[in-house]
Amino acid sequence: MSLIVTLARMEALASGRSQPLATVRHRHLSERPMVFVPLTTAGEAGAPLGALLGTDRAEPRLLVVPQPRNRDLRFAFLAELAARLLPHLESALDDVEHEQHGDEESELCADAPQLLVPNQPGVEFVRLLGRSMRFRRTAQDDPDAPHPVPTQVPLLGRWLTHYGERSRVPGSALLLSMTELLGRHWATGQSQLEDQHLGALLGWVAASDRDVEARDPAGQLRWPPAGPATDPAFDNHLLAPAVERYDADVPGAERQVRELIAGQLRPAWEDMWDGVELLRALPEGRRVGERWKRDRYSYTHHRDRVRAGEPPQPRRDDAVTAAAKLASREQAQARLDAQEALDDPLAMAARRLTGEAFAGEVVEVTPAWSEGKRPRPRPLVTVRSTDLPYLAVGGRAHRELPDGGRQSAELAAAPESGLFLLRLVSGMGRGKEPAPGSVPAAGDRVCWTLFEHSPRGGPGLPDPEDTPWTHGGPPVLGGEADSEASGGTGTTGGAEPHGRRLPAAREAAATDPAAGQADTAPDRVTTEDYL
Amino acid sequence: MTAARSSTAVRSAPSDNTSARLRERLTALRGGPDVPSRPMDARALAALAANPGCDRRALLDGAGVDKGALATALGAPAAFGQSQFAFVRGNAFEARVKAEGGAELIRLLCARTGETPPEAGQVSVPDLTADGPAGRTARTGIALREAPVGGWTLLDHPMLSLRIAGSPAWLEPDAVAVHPDGSWSVVEIKSFPILDGGADPAKVGAAARQAAVYALALEECLAEPPPDMPTEPDAPRAVRDSALLVCPVDFSNLPTSALIDLRKQRAATRRQLSRLTRVSEIAERVPEGTSFDPTGQSAMQLSASVDTVPAAYAPECLASCELAFHCRSQARATGAVTTLGRAVRGELGGLTTVETVLAAANDTGHETPDGAESAESAGSGDTGGSTEPNTEVGGEDQRADPAAAALRRAASLRAEALRQGPSTVTAPTPADETPGAGEACR
Ligand code: SF4
Repeated sequence: MSLIVTLARMEALASGRSQPLATVRHRHLSERPMVFVPLTTAGEAGAPLGALLGTDRAEPRLLVVPQPRNRDLRFAFLAELAARLLPHLESALDDVEHEQHGDEESELCADAPQLLVPNQPGVEFVRLLGRSMRFRRTAQDDPDAPHPVPTQVPLLGRWLTHYGERSRVPGSALLLSMTELLGRHWATGQSQLEDQHLGALLGWVAASDRDVEARDPAGQLRWPPAGPATDPAFDNHLLAPAVERYDADVPGAERQVRELIAGQLRPAWEDMWDGVELLRALPEGRRVGERWKRDRYSYTHHRDRVRAGEPPQPRRDDAVTAAAKLASREQAQARLDAQEALDDPLAMAARRLTGEAFAGEVVEVTPAWSEGKRPRPRPLVTVRSTDLPYLAVGGRAHRELPDGGRQSAELAAAPESGLFLLRLVSGMGRGKEPAPGSVPAAGDRVCWTLFEHSPRGGPGLPDPEDTPWTHGGPPVLGGEADSEASGGTGTTGGAEPHGRRLPAAREAAATDPAAGQADTAPDRVTTEDYL
Repeated sequence: MTAARSSTAVRSAPSDNTSARLRERLTALRGGPDVPSRPMDARALAALAANPGCDRRALLDGAGVDKGALATALGAPAAFGQSQFAFVRGNAFEARVKAEGGAELIRLLCARTGETPPEAGQVSVPDLTADGPAGRTARTGIALREAPVGGWTLLDHPMLSLRIAGSPAWLEPDAVAVHPDGSWSVVEIKSFPILDGGADPAKVGAAARQAAVYALALEECLAEPPPDMPTEPDAPRAVRDSALLVCPVDFSNLPTSALIDLRKQRAATRRQLSRLTRVSEIAERVPEGTSFDPTGQSAMQLSASVDTVPAAYAPECLASCELAFHCRSQARATGAVTTLGRAVRGELGGLTTVETVLAAANDTGHETPDGAESAESAGSGDTGGSTEPNTEVGGEDQRADPAAAALRRAASLRAEALRQGPSTVTAPTPADETPGAGEACR
């Protein structure tokens, strides 16, 4: 955490109000995002309990599994979820633009549907739902398949898998969590751990006085968590008895379960939309559109894969695909860091603090030219700054020109502490004289970065992670960001790059006849799966 | 357990005295012999090992205080609990894994170790019932040693003990398997899934820490034969370095397994537990007559008692310690920076409260022009060149407390950026147009 962020948190704590961490909005926000607040059943992976979803704050759609252990009810939930979510996810398929890349023209969807969930576990749940749905068999796939599902279910599984996978690319915005969005733009006076509670985080940002830990005399939280996990006290004292009544066919029991679940979801639903409004009030960063274009490419490519009849994303990435994804995400992170700094003085301040950028005033400009047959302008610019960049003589610095172009310079000398003599080496046009506006004048304020403004990868090109699944592999489930953490868990796989993989289990999957089928075979289902 | 140590009685006589005194002291802190001691389980021990820096927790756990009841009495009840949905599912899964007289579980183990799985009905599952935890522990100790070499034995919910700061903690692993070579394996059955060969690293880590505690208890059992069985067994007994983790595979209720290497965790936990002998030192520093017994004390009195023991609150406590809400409100009241996260401490040097941090950050009285004043001049934009430059900024900063200097720089950079901020940034402009006046970088 940057010291600037730490400081903002302290100020928030001292003032009792959140403090800004950004002066612009750094993520794309759709005009009509799909807000999805899911709940899961405790103790079972990816078992849905209920959800509120919709694109209209006034009209949330409630989906409920009144008996979470009933397979048919769960499948009904998934079918209804598909019926509600797919129209949104497929709403932008046909409105296309055409992009020219050299000789090739490619189609690009003009927009992409956005999915917003409350928190990071919500994002993980979307991935898990996607994983649990995309291998399901429909009656068309196999008339004899046990428990066939409507065609929309595996299709939604593929979309959710794609959105979940995309969400791992830094700066992407197809699937976002509200806690991450708010946390990027505001500092609260609590820890990041506590910020994972959307209600608590929003309490700070919207300056509403709320105690999200308070319980009523019956022991129920007054401000339920924003899912996907429910509070155990809710499960044990309210939900379980209601489900029991449902099992016993007590009249009105289903309605009661629905009301209970709606009651848990509604505060988060309102918080989601409050969050959307707070974020809308921030002006969008100038480079957000460029990143969103990458998201649109990602969306378009997935559309093409589905249309081409490719099979669902397989279970695991092969080593090459995994490495390529990792590399592209690192690149995306560097690009995001650079773009945020260029778009936002507050993000730049953090880079200045760490010596990766410096800002100051031009005190002197001396025209100069390179030697050789065709002399080029190489003016010397003296900048005074109180910043402390890690820049040695001969080192490179970059700045953005007023017309949006880029300029590089090298440090010619540092005559005294706080003075930087820079030789401009690019961004001045082709002539002998520098293009107008390309050389700063004495008194101008300039800001130089030591980092590249667009670290590799041209703008608007698809990311390597968007190579077709058939040419690469499926998403990595489990999160490579955690590989470090899992290195310390003492698994025998700790030395592997992906320590979270349990080698023995993987072996099992390979040697187990049931799991060793094609990587897109349906999951094994046993009668005891649903207790 | 003390009886079992008779063989070392001569050497440890003085320390036995000490530990007897300590036990007495801890009993008094708990509220007297009538207040039942709350035994530590492996989860508590693993959590303890995760935050070993806290004296308060070490002493309360060491004294067997019911921290949940204490927190409630303090007016800050903990919010821990398990959903019965998870509970039911977990139990059903465990029952399934242990079906067929343990044969399924041994098969899962053999699949990982490469040993030959036994024929059906060839796993012996000894009866471990006995009175009280001490009795059950002794029974387990005997069963572990009586397990016939050359065959498989599965101990279903055995009881182990581990001495923590002089008093025994009772531990109940899901199972311990005795291999045909006589060695012992800890078995952990968890209900989180192994999905496509991977599992949640946080959960695997917690399971490994828990299994490491069991392995330590097995080591202790190995080192100290039960009293009724003092002679060396003829089989070469040893605790295996890996535990077997059994989890549901993917979205099913079918078990799959993995070996978790415990060596690192075991060493780390052993080190942290040995540090818990500090409990006696901590107890020494608590004023005579202090009691943590919630009955007969007001919340104020209780709080005063608890406060005699220093805490080390960090947000991680919220997930691992019943007293978290109490300690957090105290930490907040004193303005401790750690309420914002443990990592925060590192960058702030010796500054431990929000007040001192903010004072250092906004130290306008400081001689360096690096505070608000220079921020003013920097922020005044194109015409801001009139301020007399100070070229000694770097030198001054180096002489001063580096953390305070960094804070002042951070505060001034932040203030400058905010002044340039939203009010001056124009609405989003396409990259090819002239951007607004408040741009970060021109
Ligand atoms: S909550 Fe309090 S007693 Fe418990 S570990 Fe944290 S600081 Fe120590």
